[in-house]
Amino acid sequence: MLSAAIFVPLAGAVALLLLPRLSERAARLIALAVAAVPLAIMVAAWLRFDRADGGFQLVESVPWIPTLGVGYKVGVDGVSLPLAAMTALLFLASVAYPAELRGRPRQYFAAFLFLEAASLGVFLALDLFLFYVFFDLSLVGMYFLIAVWGHGDAQRSALKFFLYTLAGSLAMLLAILGLYLASEPRTFDMAALIDQQPLRGGGLGAGLVFLGFVVGLGVKTPIVPFHTWLPPAHVDAPAPASAILAGVLLKMGTYGFIRIVLSMMPDTFRRFALPLAVVAVVSIVYGALVALAQTNLKRLVAYSSVNHMGYVILGVAAAAAGAPSDPDAARLALNGATLEMVAHGLITGALFLLAGSVWLRAETYELDQFGGLAGRAPTMTAAAVLAAFASLGLPGLAGFVAEFQVFAGAFAIYPLLAGVGLLGIMVTAALFLRMLQRVFLGALPERWVAWPDLSRVEVAALVPLLALVEANGVAPPWVLDDIDATTGPLVGR
Amino acid sequence: MDPMGMNMPVGSVVPEIVLVIGAVAVLLFALFAPRRAQAWAALLALTTLAVAAVASVAMLRGTQTLTFFDTYAADDAAVWAKLIVLAVAAVVVLLSVEWFATDARHGEYYTLLLLSTLGAVVLASAADLMAVILGVLLSSATGYVLAAYHRSDARSGEAGIKYYLLGALTNAAMVYGAVLFFGLGATTTLLGLAQALPSADALALVAAVALFVLGLAFKLGAVPAHAWVPDVADGAPAPAAAFLTVAPKVGALVALGRLALILPEDRVGWRLLVAVLAAATMTLGNLAALWQDDVRRLLGWSAVSQAGYGLMAVVALGRSDMAVSSLLYFLAAYAAANLGAFAVVVELRGRTERASYAGLASAQPVLAFVLVVSFLSLVGVPPLAGFTAKVLLFAVTVDAGYTWLAVLAVANSVVSLAYYLRVLAPSYFEPLAGSVPVLGRWAKTAAVTCGVAVVALGVLAEGPLGAFDAARLLPG
Repeated sequence: MLSAAIFVPLAGAVALLLLPRLSERAARLIALAVAAVPLAIMVAAWLRFDRADGGFQLVESVPWIPTLGVGYKVGVDGVSLPLAAMTALLFLASVAYPAELRGRPRQYFAAFLFLEAASLGVFLALDLFLFYVFFDLSLVGMYFLIAVWGHGDAQRSALKFFLYTLAGSLAMLLAILGLYLASEPRTFDMAALIDQQPLRGGGLGAGLVFLGFVVGLGVKTPIVPFHTWLPPAHVDAPAPASAILAGVLLKMGTYGFIRIVLSMMPDTFRRFALPLAVVAVVSIVYGALVALAQTNLKRLVAYSSVNHMGYVILGVAAAAAGAPSDPDAARLALNGATLEMVAHGLITGALFLLAGSVWLRAETYELDQFGGLAGRAPTMTAAAVLAAFASLGLPGLAGFVAEFQVFAGAFAIYPLLAGVGLLGIMVTAALFLRMLQRVFLGALPERWVAWPDLSRVEVAALVPLLALVEANGVAPPWVLDDIDATTGPLVGR
Repeated sequence: MDPMGMNMPVGSVVPEIVLVIGAVAVLLFALFAPRRAQAWAALLALTTLAVAAVASVAMLRGTQTLTFFDTYAADDAAVWAKLIVLAVAAVVVLLSVEWFATDARHGEYYTLLLLSTLGAVVLASAADLMAVILGVLLSSATGYVLAAYHRSDARSGEAGIKYYLLGALTNAAMVYGAVLFFGLGATTTLLGLAQALPSADALALVAAVALFVLGLAFKLGAVPAHAWVPDVADGAPAPAAAFLTVAPKVGALVALGRLALILPEDRVGWRLLVAVLAAATMTLGNLAALWQDDVRRLLGWSAVSQAGYGLMAVVALGRSDMAVSSLLYFLAAYAAANLGAFAVVVELRGRTERASYAGLASAQPVLAFVLVVSFLSLVGVPPLAGFTAKVLLFAVTVDAGYTWLAVLAVANSVVSLAYYLRVLAPSYFEPLAGSVPVLGRWAKTAAVTCGVAVVALGVLAEGPLGAFDAARLLPG
């Protein structure tokens, strides 16, 4: 069943490329129909998911390159299921969202569906080789989306994105090979590697493998100082692609920290957790401060993503460090980090889609060009306020639940770092409030008197995202119980 | 008793004999056929290659044996390498039919191609220094003519001359190296040398290895004998360039591997030597390619850098049990991708200016896609063949204790993406500039075949890897 979530979008992409002369409307409808399939599959997977079992479920496995110990193997656990479901939903919303298609609708939707297949593949893969295949393919899809349908200096930004993230990927590949070569018998199978703990002995090799993972996953996440590809890519990408980039692609990095580093080499992770936590806090504070200084709407949201990914890494690092001594705090931090991934995907996805609405109406992201839109566009204002408040961590919304748990867990393990990290939350609050004020309040500039409110399509795409943000804020156990089923055994090892 | 005699098992060189007979048949045909029938020589050449391939497949037996007084290997590694070379030659024939259609002496070209193929095939089997030299010289002598085959074109002539001058120098050095080896071991068979070299004079041994490897580096297009590659890629007839940047490399890498395995590691640090050559080759090739605005020259430098990756497999020989299969798999993957890229260039009538690739995707979507697949495979993007090849190469290099080389190869892979994208980006993101004339059906077939091979070798990697798993380069 899960394989269909990967291969239906892939087949859809191929079909769109091969079908000649589709109208934009027909291409969009086909893409929507195809993108609905993975979401339906993820919902079905959720219904069948057994919360009493923290291991891999709904596993599908066939040998692929047995000579190398490579298998095609997919499945879900409590960490990957929510992420994959969020991914499927965000893709459906992004495909539906209006964008400038530049006369190439088939290719645009094909690129999106290809990217969806790759993204779901990353979260569903239970084999490191397969994981890497999808991890890299996501770069190719995003490269084309930015370069062809982006604006500004799109090609340059796309190139920078591709080069940086490929460098990261390859660093991770070396680390994966380090794990592989240390395994006995040699395998890329995740469950077997988690079982074997191949680098348990530590030593230089384990340290280098860990370094490879930190660089590789750190570029994708991104953590400071590997974040410099992110702002240009975000600003120049078409808004639905930005939503996917922030909502889904960044999660591949943080997901890798949990799925690979924390699960397969927890001892080494524990040894180096403190420096990683320091880097995470630097990301939190630096991302927030730089976001505060931005005058460009998308750049602001992009840097706030650096800040939010910092919370996730802090949570994961705290979980790694605290697992043996304080498993309860570790579990709390890890639950928070995982939920933050889902919440950030929904929230930032919504924010970038809204930025896209702004671009389609104004062709600019400069904050000082706007003001007083609340009077003209109440629905848009409501959506933006909800998303921004969720992002800054207002109680009752998903971001708060996640960040609260991250910090509650981290305080028990790294009190000083968690305290510094809290500064980030305060700055984030300031920057989002200021953004709302500059765009939606104050005097309405003359040129925007005819500003149209959100269209029905835009509303339809945003409502499910924001509804889930709200639902996770008021009823966290809904998702947290799934996450907890897996994180508990993970840190209680 | 064996009717052929115990020591002259002619049965184990059937593919080679087929190639010789085919080459002669093509020559005779070309001499007597009228001009408009010259292209039929291509069919004759294809038939020859097919028969040679069938004869090679029949020799797959999963054992490691040497024949002809231990001078010639009849093992799976040799057979697979030969099959790769034969497949390369077949694709090049497809590329050549329309390219040379206006050449009055079209037919002879295939004789040279078949003999050059034979040279690479001999290299793949050579288990004796003299056999290696025979293969190198045969491959080189025909290669010079193939590179200069456009007799009236100054650039083709220049490519041939540069290829020849460097070849003459390095081949002479190689022969001198063989002489030193003979002096040290009183034999030229690899097995005999393996016995004798551990007690040989270390300094003379280092000199012999250095001189001999120089000749193989020339065939590989590796530093320090790489300078001909961009000139040939750029100046030689494009189908010949496709052949010369792939086929000799296949034979030479296998030959280098066999040689490396008999060298006593404590007396000559060949592993480090090859690692340094690999590092220099991949880095230099990549850095030079970065600035090219000429697609064929860019392909030439990229072929240099790929030789550097291939050398990584040699570094790991004897230290990683996957080294031989990674070497063979890399060669197959590289051959498919590099031929694919050259095939696109051929089908585009040798189009070589980078700017003229603007809008290619809208005019020729299939060719543009083959170019994307080939280039991304050369970078190492999954699930293409080049990715699996790099995974294997990185793995065996790390396994052999040369992690620094793997890290350098990673850095080089990132750099290589930049220059491949310099060609791909305009062909997808810029509007079409002018018309895009193409060559014809055969060249396009070749291009698509290569594109399919790049994908199939990657996705269905178990097939080749399972087959290569048992391959060994020397007995024991």
